[in-house]
Amino acid sequence: MPTIRRTKVEFEGRIEEREVIVEEEHVEGWTQDTQMRWVGRPLSRVDGVARVTGKAGYTHDVHLPGMLIGRFLRAKQPHARITGIDSRRAAALPGVHLIWHRFNLPPVAHLDGRELFGEELAYEGAEVAFVVGRDARAVGDALGAIEVEVEPLPFAPNLAAAAAEDGPAVLVGEDNWITPDGDIYARGSVEAGLREADVVVDLTFTTPTAAHCCMETHGSAADWEGDLLTVWHSTQSVFGTRSSLADALHLPMDKVRVISNYIGGGFGSKWGAEAFTLLAALAARELGRPVKAVLDREEEHLVAGYRPGSRQRVRLGATKDGALTLIEQEAEVTTGAYGGGGPVIGGPAKDLYLCPNVRTVVRAARANTDGARAFRAPGYVEGTFALESTLDALAHKLEMDPLDLRMKNYADESPSRGEPYTYKGLQRAYEMGAARFGWPPQADAPAAGPWRRGYGMASQIWGGGGGPPANAIVKLSPDGTAEVLVGVQDIGTGTKTVLAQVAAEELGLSLDAVRCVVGDSLPAPFGPGSGGSVTLASAAPAVRSACREALRQLIALAAIMLELEGADPDAFAVEAGDIVYRADPEKRLPLTQVTAKMGNYMIVSKGARGPNPDDKAINTFGAHFVEVAVNVETGQVRVERVVAAHDIGRVVNPLTATSQVYGGVLMGVGFATTEARVIDPDTGLQLTANLEDYKVPVMVDCPEIEVLFVDVADTAANSVGSKGLGEPPIIPTAAAIGNAIFDAVGVRVTDLPATPDRLLALLAKEKTQ
Amino acid sequence: MALNFRGPDAVPLTLQINGEAHQVLVEPRRTLLSVLREELGLTGTKRGCGQGQCGACTVILDGETAYACLTLAIECEGREIVTIEGIAQGDALHPVQAAFIQHDGYQCGFCTPGQVVSAVALLAHTPQPSEAEIRAGMAGNICRCGAYPAIIRSVRAAAETMAEQEG
Ligand code: FES
Ligand code: FES
Repeated sequence: MPTIRRTKVEFEGRIEEREVIVEEEHVEGWTQDTQMRWVGRPLSRVDGVARVTGKAGYTHDVHLPGMLIGRFLRAKQPHARITGIDSRRAAALPGVHLIWHRFNLPPVAHLDGRELFGEELAYEGAEVAFVVGRDARAVGDALGAIEVEVEPLPFAPNLAAAAAEDGPAVLVGEDNWITPDGDIYARGSVEAGLREADVVVDLTFTTPTAAHCCMETHGSAADWEGDLLTVWHSTQSVFGTRSSLADALHLPMDKVRVISNYIGGGFGSKWGAEAFTLLAALAARELGRPVKAVLDREEEHLVAGYRPGSRQRVRLGATKDGALTLIEQEAEVTTGAYGGGGPVIGGPAKDLYLCPNVRTVVRAARANTDGARAFRAPGYVEGTFALESTLDALAHKLEMDPLDLRMKNYADESPSRGEPYTYKGLQRAYEMGAARFGWPPQADAPAAGPWRRGYGMASQIWGGGGGPPANAIVKLSPDGTAEVLVGVQDIGTGTKTVLAQVAAEELGLSLDAVRCVVGDSLPAPFGPGSGGSVTLASAAPAVRSACREALRQLIALAAIMLELEGADPDAFAVEAGDIVYRADPEKRLPLTQVTAKMGNYMIVSKGARGPNPDDKAINTFGAHFVEVAVNVETGQVRVERVVAAHDIGRVVNPLTATSQVYGGVLMGVGFATTEARVIDPDTGLQLTANLEDYKVPVMVDCPEIEVLFVDVADTAANSVGSKGLGEPPIIPTAAAIGNAIFDAVGVRVTDLPATPDRLLALLAKEKTQ
Repeated sequence: MALNFRGPDAVPLTLQINGEAHQVLVEPRRTLLSVLREELGLTGTKRGCGQGQCGACTVILDGETAYACLTLAIECEGREIVTIEGIAQGDALHPVQAAFIQHDGYQCGFCTPGQVVSAVALLAHTPQPSEAEIRAGMAGNICRCGAYPAIIRSVRAAAETMAEQEG
């Protein structure tokens, strides 16, 4: 029977109490010792062939008969007021079907409470007009023929300008500070922490604005069949998109179908409907033809979000023997003209170590850029860089091994919640990582030539426990094949594969008899967005629950066939594809023999994610150990080796999990060494809106990466024992690299990325001191 | 060479793609990438940037890799074009493709067609590449998901399989 319960769900550093409908079929949790046939094996992806042959269909690839192309004309100034638009010449060009703008508004011009085609253009790339035409050429020609008159306004392209007294208003009539007092977390007192400290380290940092750079740029295609709208959207949340579109278009939710079968990367930047999604849907309705609108690479950099750059100060106090007395972290960010309150930069500071006195503040200001978006462990990447770099500095000051200092302050329970963890495997991750890496490092032979070698490490905490609501439906056919429908999406993490493994395990079927359908809101029941590393931990227990319900129905049939009618369903087990009567294992039937008995019929079952345990914190942990080489003549930093050890509970698929760690580490390497969005302070225009000037790692930059998992089932967290992994592996990488650079050449990198010019400047400064 | 000016209106072209001749009528300003994707429905070749910066659009032109986004379709007449759709022989995957599946040489998969095509071309020129040769040979293919270690492993494994098949 469904009931309503309150449960705590953590998402990207914030804890929410939710009222959820709970209807979980009680499923016994898999323990550490449960014998598994599919779960825990390094299996290739179920959709591998489609991926390597080019048959996997992404939103970019949607092509429908009669389909038109839509695209925005965008602001070329950081801040301006529109005074006139003349689109007559453009509208007369061949192949142009429709032009909408401020003086010719579409039927709906609001999305998520924001006005589209407003008078004020508050960032480069803001929407000025939407053109629909026969193809990209016709649209491109028309965009070039639209005449726009604007009155330029003063602009603040960065934090310094936005925060300046008498600085220009980012938005006319709005305060530049979004959270002037900041988001504050505090326990104990800073004064007490300073008083008790024998040693204090106080450092300031800056981190770069980082672009997601999804290889598939954002995009949507829309098609109407009567009053049913189908939207293909490259999104991390089909249900989030469905609700934002239904809301904007005043449509009943069941009239909106959102499909996102293959997604070319998201990393936090692809959530609900976007302006181009809404306009594609409106234009498709207006013109009676499907419309596709896809961003080009420059637009992707201008309007698809970023990790906001930060200014930070960290103060750590400790006693002589290394016990932390104070963690204080202050951060300032800009989240764009219409951005929010800023990421949880203080998250790691409040939870990574045992410390009685902690204070974190994050202040967010506007700037004349597009809005910041969640980007793989928002806040935690930049917060951990500053915190773990300062901790390393503290270790040096105390002449302690950095790992010993971390163990000295190890928190056995959640410091901010004062509650035990469901499981914490950080110590084990330290041990595994240190053993594989060789920590503490041996002193190197004196270097000949310009290259110096260094070793560093850093730790990480993240959520990833997931929670309700998440549902699953299982359809079991008479031939013993099962279809598992889940309203999540596979953004490249392998969701389709791991959920199929979980279903095959529970149902006792072989993996190829299970087909998992994700990324389509029509057939699937509700599933959460793929963010906060919650997908597996939310959806897999729902899949188990649905499978369990299907089995109950099958067992009832099997009981009749075994002449055990009415026996307690729990008296049966599923072993290697057979339904077995526990009391008398001779009494068994192959599952497919039971399904065959059904005739042309289908067992349909549903399942739901149960609540999280009360009064326990669910977190993921990890530690990275890094070896770098630094060239003291050129300032070049080469990240040569990374050992990444992570506790994410049970690992369902070590092959795909390892891939996620590679990805996180490489994004961390980019963040630490090459990536930075640059905005020209004089013009307010972006200088790095492409993949040439915004440097993401390529294959030659790739270190040797060794991935280790603690792999202990977190049985108290959920019935599968798994937690999320998407975000953890990017979190500690930059700090570990910075710490290794310090070990190599004795200078502390406080400003990322650690480019050669910065390294040379630091080395020169060190020499003169 | 006689100059042969055509356009700016659509002109007929014959393109030899994956061993088949395709007739198209396109403007001379069209890139090979847009013709593959929009006229011929060969959407396996991806557009990551359209600016020659990512490698998602990699195809093989007369045995050499090329960025289809920087190649005009009109330049390709009379040349042999191989796209991701032409790498497998029917249902039989190329060893590079099989290796990508086995070693998980991808995540989101969007860069994968370009990676596979680059790897096939690399191995055609350098059947037993060193790791440095793999890294340099594939440096023009960005993978934002960071599958590089698994891609390197995939290319090595494919090289071995191909050597065995030769042997
Ligand atoms: S699409 Fe051609 S290189 Fe990026
Ligand atoms: S697999 Fe996603 S970009 Fe390479």
